[in-house]
Amino acid sequence: MMDRLRPSFEEGGKLHAFKSVYDGMDTFLFTPSETSKSGVHIHDSIDSKRVMIIVVLALLPCMLFGMYNTGYQHWLACGAKEFPFWELMAYGFLAVLPRIVVAYVVGLGIEFCVAQLRGEEIQEGFLVTGFLIPLICPVETPLWMIAVATAFSVIFVKEVFGGTGYNVFNVALVTRAFLFFAYPSQMSGDNVFVATKPILGLGGTAPDGFTGATPLGQIATADLASGAGVTPIGLDGVAIDSWQSFLGLIPGSFGETSTLCILIGAVILLATGMASWKIMVSAVAGGLAMGAIAHACATPLYPMSFVSPLDQLMLGGFAFAVVFMATDPVTAARTETGKWIYGFLVGAIAILIRTYNNGYPEGAMLAVLLMNALAPLIDYCVVEANVARRRRRARVLTD
Amino acid sequence: MADKVNNRSVFFNPFAKDNPVVVQVLGICSVLAVTAKLEPAMVMGLSVTVVLAFSNVIISLIRKTIPVNIRIIVQLVVVAGLVVIVNETLKAFAYDVSKQLSVFIGLIITNCILMGRLEAFAMANKPWPSFLDGVGNGIGYTIVLAITGFVRELLGSGTLWGFQVVPQSWYDAGYVNNGLMILPPMALIVVACIIWAQRHFNPDMQEK
Repeated sequence: MMDRLRPSFEEGGKLHAFKSVYDGMDTFLFTPSETSKSGVHIHDSIDSKRVMIIVVLALLPCMLFGMYNTGYQHWLACGAKEFPFWELMAYGFLAVLPRIVVAYVVGLGIEFCVAQLRGEEIQEGFLVTGFLIPLICPVETPLWMIAVATAFSVIFVKEVFGGTGYNVFNVALVTRAFLFFAYPSQMSGDNVFVATKPILGLGGTAPDGFTGATPLGQIATADLASGAGVTPIGLDGVAIDSWQSFLGLIPGSFGETSTLCILIGAVILLATGMASWKIMVSAVAGGLAMGAIAHACATPLYPMSFVSPLDQLMLGGFAFAVVFMATDPVTAARTETGKWIYGFLVGAIAILIRTYNNGYPEGAMLAVLLMNALAPLIDYCVVEANVARRRRRARVLTD
Repeated sequence: MADKVNNRSVFFNPFAKDNPVVVQVLGICSVLAVTAKLEPAMVMGLSVTVVLAFSNVIISLIRKTIPVNIRIIVQLVVVAGLVVIVNETLKAFAYDVSKQLSVFIGLIITNCILMGRLEAFAMANKPWPSFLDGVGNGIGYTIVLAITGFVRELLGSGTLWGFQVVPQSWYDAGYVNNGLMILPPMALIVVACIIWAQRHFNPDMQEK
């Protein structure tokens, strides 16, 4: 069918004006007749569509677990004792589906319009972004907020810089940051991380006055004098241990609670060579180092500093940010030495912000954005240092 | 001066084609600081217009007697005197607004637009064109402030000039004010949008 339609979109055809839309649908539905010879970001020469699909595959475990966990937390909040697996999954699926749809419709809509205006092919960069956005937002985020934030970041972070591959900041993270700063009451606190209402007859209604803060939120507001909150408590009233936060059965943003699923995603990314292991390793090292320092000089002023370094890595969005956000090849550092420095600083700054600013329990997001801004500087210094070293060597040889 | 200046273009050019904020990119700091609400933005714009117009006239009157080496100091003294007058007037007649603007009225002294116009125009032109130039640039500055303040107050607080604009029923339906609009970074983005729109409609102004 697409082939039969083709002539009317070619030069001179009556629907030529919509050629980019046609091309986008054609290559999305079928194998493109020509794949790109070089990637959109010039540092990689694989077809960017394939990169995107592998990243989405790596995100799938988080997505599936997010659905289960959403259902699980909801059932807990309603005081249930039994947890029927498929009902939990169905509930989570229904909770996240509108968010995915909204993110894709808004983001792709803007991409289509821009491609149409510029007369270019549609860039497929939004495939991953649209999948990431629902994963890093609380379940209860209103749909229109996701729409506004997505539109904002696609236009101002991506399109004004020239589209996919030219953005300075990670688009999905800017969406999250926009939501965080624009609608703080909807993005943090006690009432957004656990779904409390029934969807299509599934699930129940949580009791009035129900609160479900994330472990990080609980620790940040802990009252050390009375000792409450230092050990985060799950919705079932039992303290959350490290194993639980590793598995991810804790309240939190949709897809970032389970360190296990993130690790599966990390293995997929590393096995296919999509992400830099240097960034991941150095970021974890940076997080551990900063966590250890904070833990060594723990003060009651900053309750977060009592959390052990290992727990720091497993709580909140740290693992997710390190695996999926920091390694974004477009916004990360590009030189090999630079990747070590970049990763280490991402990890260290994430824990630094989280520990020493109780207002921002989610330091990982801000850390990655900050390092996005500094990545070109790191690259510049590394390249300059290399140039200087080689010049010195050349001088020694000629002397 | 020998070359004749066209009073019309001196007055109207700064509105759009030669706008001090969006074309020359001067005075950005105060645009970030005072435009969270429309009212202080307009008062700020008015204050800058007054100071700019009269300092231009004064400097233009004494331009031939100012020794070149100390001209910046002389200009600063004139501006500082006018700023103090404006500041005291605001405190007397619009105390609430002057409290909101706090130090930013005082900081008009350091506003780049002022020094720019004094150096570039008043030092070389007669008093009347200088006055027009000052008023024109002041209005150009105020236009940008007004647009930015309008957008930021409407989206950030749901009000305009302190009056509730967004109906209560919207809030009941789940609408929430955009907190980021109150924060200074958003002023940059709004100004960027103004620049974007302006360049879009005037292709000859696009920088290569």
